[in-house]
Amino acid sequence: MSEPTGVIHDIGYQRYTGPRLGRRYVFGALYVHGLRTAFGLGRSAKAKIFPWLVMGIVLVVAAGLTAVRTQTGQVVMTYAQFADAMSWLVIFFVAVVGPELVSRDLLSGVLPLYFSRPLPRGDYALAKLGALGTALWLLLGAPQLVMFLGAAFTTKDGLPGVWTELGDLLPGLLYAALWAVVFASVGLLIASFTGKRAFAAGGIVAVFLMTAPIVGILSIMPSRTVNELAMLGSPTALIHAVGQYTLGDLLVPGGQAEDQIGGFGPVYVAAAVLLVAGCVALLLLRYRKVATR
Amino acid sequence: MPTLEVVTLLATESLTKTYGGRVTALTDLTVSVEPGIIGLVGANGAGKSTLIKILLGLLAPTSGRVSVLGLDPTVDPAAVRARVGYMPEHDALPPDLSAAELVTHLGRMSGLPRTVARERASEALRHVGLHEERHRAVGGYSTGMKQRVKLAQALVHDPDLLLLDEPTNGLDPAGRDAMLALIHRIGTEFGISVLVCSHLLGEVERICDTLVAIDGGRLLRADRVAAMTSATDVLAVEVSEGTEDLAARLAGIGLPVSREGRLLLVPLADDATYDQIIGAVAELDLPLHRLDQRRHRVAELFATREPSHV
Repeated sequence: MSEPTGVIHDIGYQRYTGPRLGRRYVFGALYVHGLRTAFGLGRSAKAKIFPWLVMGIVLVVAAGLTAVRTQTGQVVMTYAQFADAMSWLVIFFVAVVGPELVSRDLLSGVLPLYFSRPLPRGDYALAKLGALGTALWLLLGAPQLVMFLGAAFTTKDGLPGVWTELGDLLPGLLYAALWAVVFASVGLLIASFTGKRAFAAGGIVAVFLMTAPIVGILSIMPSRTVNELAMLGSPTALIHAVGQYTLGDLLVPGGQAEDQIGGFGPVYVAAAVLLVAGCVALLLLRYRKVATR
Repeated sequence: MPTLEVVTLLATESLTKTYGGRVTALTDLTVSVEPGIIGLVGANGAGKSTLIKILLGLLAPTSGRVSVLGLDPTVDPAAVRARVGYMPEHDALPPDLSAAELVTHLGRMSGLPRTVARERASEALRHVGLHEERHRAVGGYSTGMKQRVKLAQALVHDPDLLLLDEPTNGLDPAGRDAMLALIHRIGTEFGISVLVCSHLLGEVERICDTLVAIDGGRLLRADRVAAMTSATDVLAVEVSEGTEDLAARLAGIGLPVSREGRLLLVPLADDATYDQIIGAVAELDLPLHRLDQRRHRVAELFATREPSHV
């Protein structure tokens, strides 16, 4: 029996014989999806407001700093200092985007649909972590790039001036990466414990802000050692201390770094590594258990 | 002489699962089924969902062995999951995504290239009966539409086996019928084997080739539906009076009659059985109240088996 030609008809179900891509492709697809979600791309207009508002603010600040520098020749903030100055915005960005990436999936119950596919559970968590880390790095790195371009085009020293500027930018971008890694791992871990986005956001803000007074109290204790180790008290201060130790003048001009952390620089680096490793380990552990029943 | 080889779709061997060493979900379950539409029936808490999760490699069995499509999900869960589609029982859809976006994304999570995922997502949604609505946010869908989206995402990567956990949950009678018809179509026309989990035997027995019944984590019975229902059609006869006389008369002409309350049950051998009964009723001049063919529901077969494992 032959089908009439030129007529639209139901061709029925088609089996798929084409390629099925492997773990790396799936990981990449989930990572890119997460990164787009972080900035509200491919989502409703409402979801775009917050991330782009924050991005707008940091870019405007960077443009302002660049303008001041080109007009007056005064460096208000170094590249590395820019990240520290934006810490509040970074905290709020993590508090909104972190839950957006993981809490939403917990609440909607979509995880069984992921975990019944070849993708290993750990890959899900790491792809989301990578997406949040990259989003944070872009948030702090893009304005630094604006500052660099402004400085590079207006430098009076020609090409060597551009090189000097680049030499300042790269440590700034690395410092931004440290911010991104610490904030992403701590923030995502907290967000992964609840499906309620408001709770997750509150928890993240609490951990980053409520720990600040600990640093304050420790830094006025009558012991120099305790003072010098005070910045272990909160993730934000910890990052700053690692920055002081590794970047020195670029972060704290005038060589005061030694005064605040003494000889404990390596301790701070070790603490930062342990914090990130611990959070990632707990995150992976969390996703081994979640949605198994 | 060539032997007819029957491919095994699923097999378990002494499969046992206990949670925390105390709660036992499955006990010594040994079952093997061929491709087709398989109904997995049992009351809530009988161990159906646990079995499905073991088949997917999401849970490790406490002891025993399991194979799905010839693969061992405890050894290579990714290989099993690549060829299996899973529709969970509970809500699983993010409300703010459209069905097309969600199913496309999940298709990519199964390893489909981007454009293929998009094409197959709209095909899968078309097959489950979602057309223009597929671009609207899932949050505004009815329960029936949500169930269809869940089915479409299980179908998007063209699996060889679908595991459906209570697919008719929350649907009205018309929605149930539509969902069952759809599952039947997938199992027959699409050439994809389906394992349908349900606590409603009457529902799945209509569309299944094979039934597996479990209770309290134990296997009650597993067999082809044809084998269970063949020779089980009976004629129910009810007369207003003289039931005893009719029973004796029917037994006298060689019909294996049995009593069930006011009814007489006679196995239906062929059309002649009707004539024999009507003839007997006429000869005794009894007022015939009803005479109808009763298809033995599979439930009754299970019911008679149950006391055997006391």
